[in-house]
Amino acid sequence: MASLSATARSFLLWELLAGMKLTFSYMFKKKATLNYPYEKGFISPRFRGEHVLRRYANGEERCIACKLCEAICPAQAITIESEPREDGSRRTTRYDIDMTKCIYCGLCQEACPVDAIVEGPNFEFATETREELFYNKAKLLANGDRWEVEIAANIAADAPYR
Amino acid sequence: MADVKIENYTMNFGPQHPAAHGVLRLVLEMDGEVVERADPHIGLLHRGTEKLIEYKTYTQALPYFDRLDYVAPMNQEHAFALATEKLLGIEIPKRAQYIRVLFNEIGRIGSHLLNLTTYALDVGALTPILWAFEEREKVMEFYERACGARLHANYFRVGGVHQDIPAGLLDDVGAWFDHMPALLDDIEGLLTNNRIFKQRTVDIGVITADECYAWGMTGPVLRASGVPWDLRKSQPYEVYSELDFDIPIGKNGDCYDRYLVRIEEMKQSLRLIKQCITRIPDGPVMTTDGKIAPPSRGAMKQSMEALIHHFKLYTEGYHVPAGQTYTAVEAPKGEFGVYLIADGTNKPYRCKIRAPGFAFLQAMDFLSKGHMLADAVAIIGSLDIVFGEIDR
Repeated sequence: MASLSATARSFLLWELLAGMKLTFSYMFKKKATLNYPYEKGFISPRFRGEHVLRRYANGEERCIACKLCEAICPAQAITIESEPREDGSRRTTRYDIDMTKCIYCGLCQEACPVDAIVEGPNFEFATETREELFYNKAKLLANGDRWEVEIAANIAADAPYR
Repeated sequence: MADVKIENYTMNFGPQHPAAHGVLRLVLEMDGEVVERADPHIGLLHRGTEKLIEYKTYTQALPYFDRLDYVAPMNQEHAFALATEKLLGIEIPKRAQYIRVLFNEIGRIGSHLLNLTTYALDVGALTPILWAFEEREKVMEFYERACGARLHANYFRVGGVHQDIPAGLLDDVGAWFDHMPALLDDIEGLLTNNRIFKQRTVDIGVITADECYAWGMTGPVLRASGVPWDLRKSQPYEVYSELDFDIPIGKNGDCYDRYLVRIEEMKQSLRLIKQCITRIPDGPVMTTDGKIAPPSRGAMKQSMEALIHHFKLYTEGYHVPAGQTYTAVEAPKGEFGVYLIADGTNKPYRCKIRAPGFAFLQAMDFLSKGHMLADAVAIIGSLDIVFGEIDR
């Protein structure tokens, strides 16, 4: 009897029809796709995207040129030069990140003792030329000014775990 | 009549062929539509990872492991972290062990979802990949919430894991967990009994257990040939010895059995995830040894000693006592091993990576011999080849 049923099922393309029914049932399910760029996927406060250099609330740049990020960077993407400023404080004269080398491991932001270099929530920084991805200090500080609100919120949200 | 000499037709399969699963260049000698000889050419994705690691501190070397089998990155990190921990002789906290197991199993499901459904796509079933990628997206979201990156995690560190998992993540994994069996049933509903899928896979690319031993094959490929060998059982690491799970094995060692073994492995991974969620204890996620684990943010800002340690660890790193170890983990694809030689400095003297996919690829020649060209595609799919780890 069992073999008869199996033969009948085989003859009637049963498993193919069952599969089609299953596929068809998915037509009535809620869509999983997002209408990018108008809708975007969820990203958490820990997301490691485009780098920024942050400033303090009074406008002073945070980076003190300790070069820890340069030392830890596995891809050697960061180049820093520093000199004492006229007021005697230690600041960078050059802070370059080669975004084509960067592997977005997040070790620079872990190493930074003053939360100056941070990988922000921005993941939409594709460019048309390679040269545009060689970021200098001005570009990184401009990024920082642009993303400061989000980054401050993210760091605050993640503070209990750090 | 003069003899006409007929030569086999030689053709290139890949490296741009979508069914080559990466940058595999397979030179096929064909007799009509039958494969006479398959010659895999590797090296198109070679990045010199092993050599690079000799010039990186242990902390810096870790992100490179994400980039080996980029389908399940945390499983690779795990092998390196375990190897270094063995040389250092440190124990990691219980909570970190559970987090590691949790993410290993989540990674295993993500890897198998990708492999099985792309494999099905290669043999003509388009639908499962659309469903599986929806779930894989959720898997990557869990990754991202824990470590900040969807793929290249850099999350498992020597001595534990980088940060504790955020509040609510376990609940969401639990919610995801509840509807995963239904998805697996749907995928099985489309494939397991489907006559087209079975015609393309049953008795194709049969590997016997002896051939598996001879060619060093591990993981689902070995288990599909009927050998119940799983490093999680045979030499348990982390908390696997405390967890309850079964090892699925196949009978025939053909492409179809490899599919079935992977489906069942996903179900076993779900069991493991459930046990991890219920059993995970509170506590630290990083070893308290201040010479290896960087201090917390708060301590670094307050204490001079912690700040000195912070600077020391992020520049020089820690020194690993001289010694050597071969440490292997059961990655989704098989035994992923790291042979690490330390010479007492802050950088590994040598790091040999044993990638499971490399052994599978070697078998391509005898597996596809005598099969049709289209079967070679099914064989590649069923072996679960990822070129990041083969070319390193």
